[in-house]
Parts: sequence; structure tokens; C-alpha cells
Amino acid sequence: MSTAASPQSSPKISKISEAVIRIAGNSQDGIQAIGGFLARLAGRSEQEVMTFMTIPSTISGGPSIFQVRIGSGEVLSAGDEADMLLAFYDHSYKAHLSSLKPGGIVIYDSDHMKAEDISVENLTKYRHVGVPISSLTVEAIGGTGRDKGKNVFSLGLLAKMFDLNVTKLTRLLTERFTGKDPKVAETALNAFNAGYNYQLATAPELFQFNPGENVGLSQVVMSGNEALAYGLIAAGVRFGAGYPITPWTDIMELLRRELPKYGGSFQQCEDEIASISMAIGASWGGRVAVTGSSGPGISLKTEALGWAVMAEMPLIVVDVQRGGPSTGMPTSIEQSDLNIACFGGHGDSPRVVIGTSSVEDCFYTAIEAVNIARKYSTPVVILTDQGIATRIEAFKEPDLQKIVQDISPDLTPVTDHKPYDLSAPDGITRHLAPGTRIASGKYPVVTGLEHDELGHPTGSSKLHVQMVAKRRNKLKKLASELPVPVVYGAAEGQILLVSWGSSQGPVQEAVKLARAAGHAVSAVHIKYVHPLPPGLENIFAGFRHVFVVELNDEGFAGIGQMGALIRTYIPDAKIRGITKTDGLTWKVKDIVDRALQMAK
Amino acid sequence: MSEVAILNPTTSRGVNTNTTPVAPLLDADRKPLTKKEVSADHPTWCPGCGDFAVLALYFKLIERRKLHHEKITTVAGIGCSSRFPYFVQAHGAHYIHGRALPFASGVSLSRPDLQVCVFGGDGDAFSIGGNHFTHTARKNVRLTYVVMDNSVYGLTKNQTSPTSPIGFKSKTDIWGSKDRPINPIKQAISAGATFVARTTATNPNHVLAMMEAAMDHDGFSFIQCLSECVEFYPGAFDAATPRKGGVFNEIPKEHDVTDEYASYKLADTEWPGLFGVFYKTQRATKNANEQSIIDDLQGKSAGLEPWQILKKNFDRMK
Repeated sequence: MSTAASPQSSPKISKISEAVIRIAGNSQDGIQAIGGFLARLAGRSEQEVMTFMTIPSTISGGPSIFQVRIGSGEVLSAGDEADMLLAFYDHSYKAHLSSLKPGGIVIYDSDHMKAEDISVENLTKYRHVGVPISSLTVEAIGGTGRDKGKNVFSLGLLAKMFDLNVTKLTRLLTERFTGKDPKVAETALNAFNAGYNYQLATAPELFQFNPGENVGLSQVVMSGNEALAYGLIAAGVRFGAGYPITPWTDIMELLRRELPKYGGSFQQCEDEIASISMAIGASWGGRVAVTGSSGPGISLKTEALGWAVMAEMPLIVVDVQRGGPSTGMPTSIEQSDLNIACFGGHGDSPRVVIGTSSVEDCFYTAIEAVNIARKYSTPVVILTDQGIATRIEAFKEPDLQKIVQDISPDLTPVTDHKPYDLSAPDGITRHLAPGTRIASGKYPVVTGLEHDELGHPTGSSKLHVQMVAKRRNKLKKLASELPVPVVYGAAEGQILLVSWGSSQGPVQEAVKLARAAGHAVSAVHIKYVHPLPPGLENIFAGFRHVFVVELNDEGFAGIGQMGALIRTYIPDAKIRGITKTDGLTWKVKDIVDRALQMAK
Repeated sequence: MSEVAILNPTTSRGVNTNTTPVAPLLDADRKPLTKKEVSADHPTWCPGCGDFAVLALYFKLIERRKLHHEKITTVAGIGCSSRFPYFVQAHGAHYIHGRALPFASGVSLSRPDLQVCVFGGDGDAFSIGGNHFTHTARKNVRLTYVVMDNSVYGLTKNQTSPTSPIGFKSKTDIWGSKDRPINPIKQAISAGATFVARTTATNPNHVLAMMEAAMDHDGFSFIQCLSECVEFYPGAFDAATPRKGGVFNEIPKEHDVTDEYASYKLADTEWPGLFGVFYKTQRATKNANEQSIIDDLQGKSAGLEPWQILKKNFDRMK
């Protein structure tokens, strides 16, 4: 928190440009809701915002946190250390105090923790503010301390603490609770006002954000999963099928709810295999369809994905990665599905894989994935992850009138058609949707068997060689047409950090931090994971070290999954990996420390 | 990233398409397809295989119903009988083992204008695809499913199938199978199928009658068609073939096809069992249920372009 002291008063008011607030409690305390309100408020106040949350994988009970970073300037990660901790319980205090930067403020619920229990060491290191949150909430709205309401009371406290826009916040609260019993909205406002009007006389400092930089910008605030699902709708996808699994599930829930408005539908299937099969059937029906999953569900889908590669069927497969293998760490963040996304399945089965790096990127990536699937008649895997899926960000409202696509099937009759035409000028397969009359009377078949140009099975090794090459070459053509990645920072230097997926934000922030300390560090982000885009070799040539930063294991060869993939293109020993598997997002400082250490 | 770098291809068929559009034909100007027009590859089946009859009757059905090439979608999984789509001159899909039903459901639900017919064998339907059979039946997805049941794995050359009778000797049960076989009719009724029929490839008129009734049914229509594998299970269905000394017993005329329990009981008739429609009822199809959700929600956003509908959601997230 960069502060500039204001005229002395008690408590003093400091101007800040950004703050990291961590709220810690239990999963049923509704702390995600406070985070959501703060994020939405930031979005409406022309500020940048990024959130980070953890939830236990069980339904009820278990510790949970929500961290929100609000900034008047660019926000690239959810923040390494918190400026303020709001702890609902003794256990939340103990577990998260270390995430607070020295001198940071901790607000604790004095109904759950006694002031005399706080160690002298902690008292000197951090600034403590005890507020009887539970009892004051009960006083304001009735019920018991266990009931909901503490979260909204605390939101009031934070609003006071950071001089947040109360008019906007109360409007958000009213909007959120509209449609329910009017008493619910009234109760929420009472709780909020009680928190806001609480005399923070003991607070050491109050804060005020500098005005945001995004002045006049209309922003939308949503989670990565929401952005991805809306992106698919904008791309023109009207059919999908899935099976519930965390953290993919909210994409399917949203599509189930929304697609009928556009004349489409989303089907919940009996299993993962049925859901990818149904999506492939609908894609064959003429319009790119979507399926998705996480972890084990992706494993189950691989046989069918191989069919889509063989039959060259456009298809979108969303993989919201989580900690694996097997059931693994369902609510932890990992980027360990890169290998299965690129190579999962038997045989030579080239397909396209794209990563998502932010909530906004989820929206646009979904559209690009659909366009690639259609243009190159190929399945496309979107690799997103648990971190992006659940975090909330504000981003510039897309120009929907311009962006929203129509991809309805074209059933105009044709004279003749060979889907797997080996002499096609661009080498790309084209399917005609069933329902299209072909005047020659020769109709195509789509199949998982090796086939001739009409799709009829063949045992000819010559055709197999030609078709294998065809499936490979069309994606090599895609690779050659991909945009060359842009270097973040100077084009030459000591260290180049390579990111993919959600590592982008923390890696770029690491570049800023390292450069501020005088180190020649730059970064490059790889959005199109497989096949890789052109130009990497030239970019790498400008640096002495290339470190691929990713959330997975270093494996037998001592390099992460993306690192290994890059090495197959550019076999250079200067490419090494910075990996970790603790299930949490990157801490910017860790990236810098490890990179500098490795470069010694 | 706040823009789309990879743009939408200009037409739904992509760039450089090698097809030339032609003028549409009026249905009235089109003649029913002949067998020659509707047959494609020569079947890979062994001479004498029961599946030939099923294919010939499918052609006859297409001719009789005046179906045009482009409206017929033939879908199959893996197995001898599942090579069916290659033999039909129409849009066809030969999918992976056991998953033809969910694939076909995707076609049926997204393209209500198409006639979706699925063909497969007993291993595809009741073993690897057992789960899908149950759920497609209970959801009552509008499609016709013909299972050509030969009670043996033929493509992989003689292993026990889920409908092989107790005592059947195969390469995986050299002492004779000990596992109780599935009764496909009971399976279908208990799963919630709304049209359940049984026929045998040796009685062509009956096969055609069942196919026609299935096609007329609005919902999931299932036909178990006994189809002899002359290579690995010769004589399997002689008991149901009069010219081989068997009896072809039809379901009694007085049977109430809407009586689920009576139908279930009838399906337990001693080998070779009965033939005809066991069960038939009308229940809202998955297709109709989805359409009613669509109609409801679209009614609320009548007159809006897709981008305007999406904009309404985005406005709420500001």
C-alpha cells in the first residue's frame, strides 16, 4: 500500500493507489459475497480489480478465504501479501496472519478472540483492531451470530475503512437482493449500515483510493468461468453437453440456463463419455458444440476426442484444470493437464490447445477457439484453470453488437462433395451438415476408421500416410498463421520468463519487480499452446536464460510440461523450468527470487 | 487481450470450399429412392449373415417412406452390424464403440429436421454402451435404435456377449457361459423406453412392419432384431425360424401394449420368445421438453438479436 500522509487527525486518512484485502472465515460465512461486492464496486468505480479465493471441496464447513486486490492502476495478480486481513475466527487469524505484510492492519472479531490472547510479537508486528462483529450483527438484524449477516456488516466496516462509495454499494446490495423478500434487502442494508456507522475510533488509519485510471470506461465484472461461457455464446455456440465436476460445473450450469434464450440447449448427460459424444453429434449436425470437464473427466473423454481428430470434426473441449492426478486436489490450482490436452489419447492425434490468462481473456479465447475449430475443422481444447475459473475481474465491456457471431449451418444443396479432399487448395477438410443435398448422389460418411476422401474406410497404407499428413499439416498451417508472441519488457536481456495460461499476470508483475530492482528480465506469454506459434526461437535468442513458469511438476527431466513441449521445438539447454505444485497461485516475489537464483 | 485475433471464417463451410451450390429441388419433383440409389459400399458381412436382410429392409423403408438422401442420418458404433452407415448412401456416422446413442442424441436434439436411425449389435448396446441405452431410453430422445442381436462378438471372432445364453461356448467361455444373459426387452421397458419391439431377420415382412412402426413413433423407439452370425453362432435362432423347424410366435392380439407390467411379463416367455410390439406409450420426448424450455425463454426476449440478449446479462454485471 503506497501511502501519502494527510493532515494529522485521529485516525489519519491516507491516500492509496491500491490495496490487498484478505477476508478469512468459514465457507458458509458468505465471504465470497463480500469479495464479489467489492470487486463489482471497483468495476463500477473505474478501478482494476482481481480476486483470489479458496474453498474447501466439501459442501459445508472448512476454512475459506477471499482475497481482493483493488488498484487505481494496472492489477496483474491477486497480490503476494495483504494490506488488511479481516479474520472472523481465531483459526482464521492464526492461519492467515502471516499473509499480512508487516505493519498491516488486522480486523478481528472480538467475539471470537480475546485481545489479551494476542502475543506481544504479533502486536508489535501488525496493527490490530478488534470489532465485536458477531454481536453487533445480531444487534443490528436479530437472529444469532451464526446466521448470515456478518459478511454484510463487515462490508460496511470495510466501506468505512477505505472510504468506499456508499451510494454505489447500497445500490449493489439492493440489486443483489431484489426479487427476494423485500425484508431481505432491508435486513442487508441494516447490517451494512451498522458496520459502516461503527465507530472505528481505534482504527490506526483510514484510507482513500486515488481516482481510477479507467475513467469513462464501461466495465463488466465477472468470473473466468462466466466469461468463458458467455464467450462461447457470443461465438455462436448453441449446443453443449456435460457432466458435473468441480470447477467446470458452473460453465455448464450457466449454459444450461442461458442457451435456450438463443434457441439452443445444454444437456446434462449420464457420464463424461456421453457428453463429449453428444457434443460431437451436434457438431456433426452443423454447428460447433461444446463439452468440458476437469481432471478425471478429461481422461474419460480422450477416446472420443481421438474420434473427433480422426473424423476432423470441429469441437470445443473446455478443461478447467485442477490438481491431479486422479481425484487429486479438486479445489486447488494446477496447470498439469497440458500434456493430456495436447497428447491425450492413442495414435497420432494432432489437435489445437489454447490457454486462458485472465477473466477477460476467457471471453475472447472462447470465440477464437470456435473460429479455429471451424476454420481448420478440428477439435480445440481450451485450457483454463481453477484460479481463473473462480476469480472475479473487471474488464472493458465488449462491443457485443460487433462481436457476437452467427454460425448457423449452411444447408444449400451442392453438386458434389468430398470432405477429406486431398487436393483441397488449403489442405483443410470441410464437412457438410446432414440435411445438405448433394446432387451427385454420393454422400460422405464420418468415421474413426482411416478413410478415403469420401470418408469410406480403407486399409490402404498410402491413404493412411496421406491422411495422417493432412491432419498434421492443416494444423501446421494454423501454427504458421498464429500471431507472433510479443515480448513484455526489453527484447534482449539476461532472463526471459515464459508464461502460459494464468501464469501471465504474476509473470508480468515479476518482470516489473525485477526491472525495478535493476535486473534485465523480460517475459513472453504463449496463448496458443499447441501447436506453438512462430517466432519463439528468435525471441529466445535475445536472452541468456529462458525460464518457463508453470504450475506443475518438474517431472523426470526436471522441466515442466510446457517447458518440455517448447524443448521439442527448440532443443536448447538454456530453456529450464520454474514449477511448483502447492495448489496456490504464484507469488510474484517467488518467481523473481527463483529466476535470479537459477541465473546465478 | 481484448480482441478476437482469429476471425470467424466467412461462410459456415469455411474458406476455399470445393463445393458448388445448386438450386433446391421441390420435394414434389423428387421420386422415391431406388435400392441402387440408396446403397453405397458393398457390405463386409459374411455370406448368410442376418444383417443383410436388415439392410435390405432399411432400403425398402426409405423407398416406401419417400425419404430423401439428405434427411436420412444413419449412426452406428463399433461391431459387425455397426458398419451399417457405409452401406447406406446418405449422411452417416460410424462412431466409437458403445457411444452411438449419445452421438445420435446430439444430432436429434440439435437437428429436429432429421430422421435419426441408429444401428448396432448386442455388445455395443448392452455391454460397453449399457449406460447410454438406459439414459437415452429414460430421456425419450426421438430416434430409432435397431439392435441386430447375434448373441456373440463377431468382429473380434467369437467371445461371449451380454445376450449369449447360459451354456454358450465361446473363446472366452470354453466351458460354456455361466452368466445370466440380458433380456433386451425387459431392459428397455424398465429403462423407460416408449416403444419396444422384437423381430427376427428371417422374417422380412415382420422386420419392415416393426421398422415402420418405430419410425412413426414420436420418441425413443427400440427394436431388438435377432440376426444370426453364421460364422460364430450358427443356428442360434433356429427355434424362431419356421423353415428350420422353429416357431415364430407373435404377441397375442389382445395384449395391451400400454401395460408396462404385462409387457415385462410377456418378455419372459420361454425361448424363442414372442415377436411384435411389446410396449408402446406416449410420453413427452426430450426433444419436445427442450423445445418448450426454448419457447418459454425465447418468448421473454422476443424480437431481440442474440447480441442484445447477451447485452442484458452484461448490463447486470456492471
